[in-house]
Amino acid sequence: MKAKHQRLTLALAALAAIVGAGVLAVSALGEQAAYFYSPADVAREGVPVGRAIRLGGMVEKGSIRRSDDGVTILFTVEDGPARTPVEFRGVTPDLFKEASGVVAEGRFRADGTFIADNLLAKHDERYMPPQLEGGKHKTETLEP
Amino acid sequence: MPALHALANPTRFLSIARPLTPVLLWAGLLLLAVGAWAGLTLTPPDYLQGESVRILYVHVPSAWLGMGGWTGIALASFSLLVWRHPLAAIAARAVALPGAVFAALCLITGSIWGRPTWGTWWEWDGRLTSMLLLFFLYLAWIGLARADAERGGDGRIPAIFGLAGTALLPVIRYSVVWWRTLHQGPSITVSGSSIDGSILWPLWLTLTGFSLVFGAIVLMRMRAMLAQQRLEARMRRMAA
Repeated sequence: MKAKHQRLTLALAALAAIVGAGVLAVSALGEQAAYFYSPADVAREGVPVGRAIRLGGMVEKGSIRRSDDGVTILFTVEDGPARTPVEFRGVTPDLFKEASGVVAEGRFRADGTFIADNLLAKHDERYMPPQLEGGKHKTETLEP
Repeated sequence: MPALHALANPTRFLSIARPLTPVLLWAGLLLLAVGAWAGLTLTPPDYLQGESVRILYVHVPSAWLGMGGWTGIALASFSLLVWRHPLAAIAARAVALPGAVFAALCLITGSIWGRPTWGTWWEWDGRLTSMLLLFFLYLAWIGLARADAERGGDGRIPAIFGLAGTALLPVIRYSVVWWRTLHQGPSITVSGSSIDGSILWPLWLTLTGFSLVFGAIVLMRMRAMLAQQRLEARMRRMAA
């Protein structure tokens, strides 16, 4: 009986230590493990011109414009107060639209415009039939 | 743990597992059939994803069972290390293979959904990477447990691995909360669901259905392993 209790304590302590170590290691990763920069990060930390990064946020309402050449689109990625202008040449994903999430891969130009090579649409956690759309659609930020 | 101790006797375990297996299997398959039919015909498409939303009826149960399988390995490992439960090593090995299959199914269905929705088959974000890691842990654990069993080990080394791997489960669950990821945040939490009820309800059918089939597969594998053990013991007696 004694040995069994010893093993129980030992196993519980080991489990707590392992899970605790995992959580600590992961929280130490913090921002390093983030999949994209938000416009707020860019405004706060600054990203060197020409470095390949991902920029994520919401496509600002009313910001999508098509330039005169017909294949370049310009829009603004926003994240609460911060906003970044983005330029992209190519085919946008089906789910790319205003007021929904987007992740752009590319680099900053010297004038502060983000030149995207690739766009990924970000879907949020809400699922609903088409007739309910509108009333519930009010996500403003991608921050968890 | 009186109930678990009652199952410590393999003969008693078999007398329960034998009738339980077909019950779980057929109830699970029935629920899956109803859930698949409802999910393919009765529910509306999503306002953004369209018809591809329906993959959630397979993807979400696969993710939960992929993680649930490792929880099973961890519980069995714990009762092996602490109580020396005689069926624990077999239970863990029986759970590992279907767990790995569901983890793989989760990755595959997610990839198929990601192509039309996100515009990419695969991205190294926190959720996708941690789930892939869980799949690799399964493969490593299966290899280790098989080697241990072949060498006549008592299952303690894979049990320690099984407990250690548990650290990954909260990382997968909270990866979308702790980090910015491409994968969306949790839709279903204790406080409710952000999936509309008209789309959500067949998920409970397929989730229960897959879980029951999972249970049936585990019982079948445990019975097969026990039969194998008996056979080997008998062969040894005959050879002696």
